[in-house]
Amino acid sequence: MTSTVTSASDIAAKPSGQNLRFYGLWVVAAIALVALPLIFSSGGSLTSFSLIGIAIIFALSYNILLGETGLLSFGHAVHYGLGGFAAVHVMNAVTAHGWPIPLPLIPLLGGIGGLVFALLIGWVMTRRAGTVFAMISLGIGELVASSSLILRSVFGGESGISTDRTALPHIFGWTFGPQIQVYYLIAFWVLVSAIAMYALTRTPLGRICNAVRDNPGRVEFIGYDPHVVRYLAYCFAGFFAGIAGGLAAINFEIANSAYLGAVQSGMVLFATFIGGASYFFGPILGAILVTYLQLGLTSVTSVWQLYFGIIFIGIVMFAPGGIAGLVMMHRPLIRARTLGMVIPSYLVAALPTLALACGVILVIETVARYAVTGGEGNIVKLLGIPFNTTAPATWAIAAVLVIGGFIVARITWRRIAGAWDRAAGIARDRGYLA
Amino acid sequence: MTSAIEVRAVEKHFGNVSIIKDLNLSVSKGERHAIIGPNGAGKSTTFNLISGYIKPSSGEIRLNGDVISGLRPFEINRRGLSRSFQVTNVFARMTVWENVRCAVLWATGHRYAFWKNVDDLPEVRRRTAEILDDIHLSHRRDVPAGLLTYAEQRELEIGITIAGGANVIMLDEPTAGMSHAETERAVALIRRLTEGRTLVIVEHDMSVVFGLADRISVLVYGHIIASGTPEEIRANPKVKEAYLGEEAH
Repeated sequence: MTSTVTSASDIAAKPSGQNLRFYGLWVVAAIALVALPLIFSSGGSLTSFSLIGIAIIFALSYNILLGETGLLSFGHAVHYGLGGFAAVHVMNAVTAHGWPIPLPLIPLLGGIGGLVFALLIGWVMTRRAGTVFAMISLGIGELVASSSLILRSVFGGESGISTDRTALPHIFGWTFGPQIQVYYLIAFWVLVSAIAMYALTRTPLGRICNAVRDNPGRVEFIGYDPHVVRYLAYCFAGFFAGIAGGLAAINFEIANSAYLGAVQSGMVLFATFIGGASYFFGPILGAILVTYLQLGLTSVTSVWQLYFGIIFIGIVMFAPGGIAGLVMMHRPLIRARTLGMVIPSYLVAALPTLALACGVILVIETVARYAVTGGEGNIVKLLGIPFNTTAPATWAIAAVLVIGGFIVARITWRRIAGAWDRAAGIARDRGYLA
Repeated sequence: MTSAIEVRAVEKHFGNVSIIKDLNLSVSKGERHAIIGPNGAGKSTTFNLISGYIKPSSGEIRLNGDVISGLRPFEINRRGLSRSFQVTNVFARMTVWENVRCAVLWATGHRYAFWKNVDDLPEVRRRTAEILDDIHLSHRRDVPAGLLTYAEQRELEIGITIAGGANVIMLDEPTAGMSHAETERAVALIRRLTEGRTLVIVEHDMSVVFGLADRISVLVYGHIIASGTPEEIRANPKVKEAYLGEEAH
């Protein structure tokens, strides 16, 4: 170990410099949020940024459960959806009665909608963690989703309930008609919610949530009731999910049953897991990636869900810490200055791995086209190269890419493992945990 | 003066199987009390009954005069009783510092607070640092507890147990699996940290028991057959027959 002997008074002192870095990070995030639409100003990118912002809040709220408290929920969209419906109903009421509530406050009311339902059902749900909680969350999710189709007056049935965000009282001349104004509204709430959720992890409750995640049995013997801890975590998660739902309602000017269904619940689990539940910024990465893929892939391929599945399985099997986990693995190497030892092996592995990926994509696309239309005169474009799905040559190229790519890639992956072990070993010897 | 722990006529059975039969135990305040007995005698069950991990089928347990039998573990803990576990039971993914700090939070009155920055609580920082100093783990403060060596984890286990400032400490085989040198270190640690508090300890190592305890109770088949000073226990024929006698062979 490198650390010298420390006395109690030494380590009791607050680490300085940490605060500055912390605030600096949020200032950078705020500047980035303001500057983004100035750099990418097309209507399409504004829409994408708005959706990504909503997904970030939603995924971060989910991680209060999954990453912080160890609760695997299959029904988190319930709070997102109810937040959305709460927002829509409030907006319509505000418009009808002429109440002086401006649009920027609506997400807060969506949050309260999510919170109220969490307060109501949370106590029963969080009695047990683990499988019991997961199953109950699945049941509640289905229950609410199906009742949303039955209770037409509240949920509007199949078509949902629509609203007009521009009809609310305007402040500072903002009508929230143009997407850019909606983007800034979402960006504001992303920043506020992210700071609030980060701050939550730094409170006594947030720390005890981690303790409950690691060892609920032991928590009982240091004075805490794990049930209360889980319940409070659940309420916070419901509140922030409601804010995300409220923003979605503002963005789309509608709330419908799709908001609170299993697909939405699956998506947030997916984003959080891919991003990495162990780190606060993991779900942010996951939300960006998943939303971006969702928007990008749907226009390119009809079987985009298949790619999602493959990515998810790949992450679960080979990088259970998610993208954030992969990134943070390199921290000790950077500190020990041994990162240079693994970079060349990454570069060497990149080409055959890419070839393998292209082969897999070609196989999937060819099969998908062939299965759908019988392959009649279909052309698949990959990296700008057209492939005829009925031509034997296409199948041969795909086979060569997949088999050849895999054989070569496997060798390079082993080289990465070898280089990694050496680099990590040196980092460990230099006193950095790896 | 009321006893720190008073166990009266406690029974515990799982179905038809009786684990604890008519258990009576009295531990005075400030006393270091060891519970010994052969494997399967019910020592850990006794710990679990007193700390609320399992509920007695009948009988009464008092802590500082108040009835605690039937209460949940966290309610008993808040009344000033803290226990450790025979198998290491820490928060594996959290750092050593966080482990101890979590154990300090309730006792310092911060409870479920979600409006305070945990790093800005001077008393919590001070107490956590003191405990880390006490258990000699200050230099390991930023290491995840799951990566500590076995002996270090046992020390952390003791640290978590005493961190809340409970006046009754129960340690379940704190030196189990330790080398001779590690055991000596751990005993010195326990002696120092439980100064002025009541200690109940389950231990297999007789040198630890006779070196540490003011009083010893011998538990055989869920029943306490003798209770007394180390000298009395050593001289007790029933104990010799049931327990120490076996060891001598």
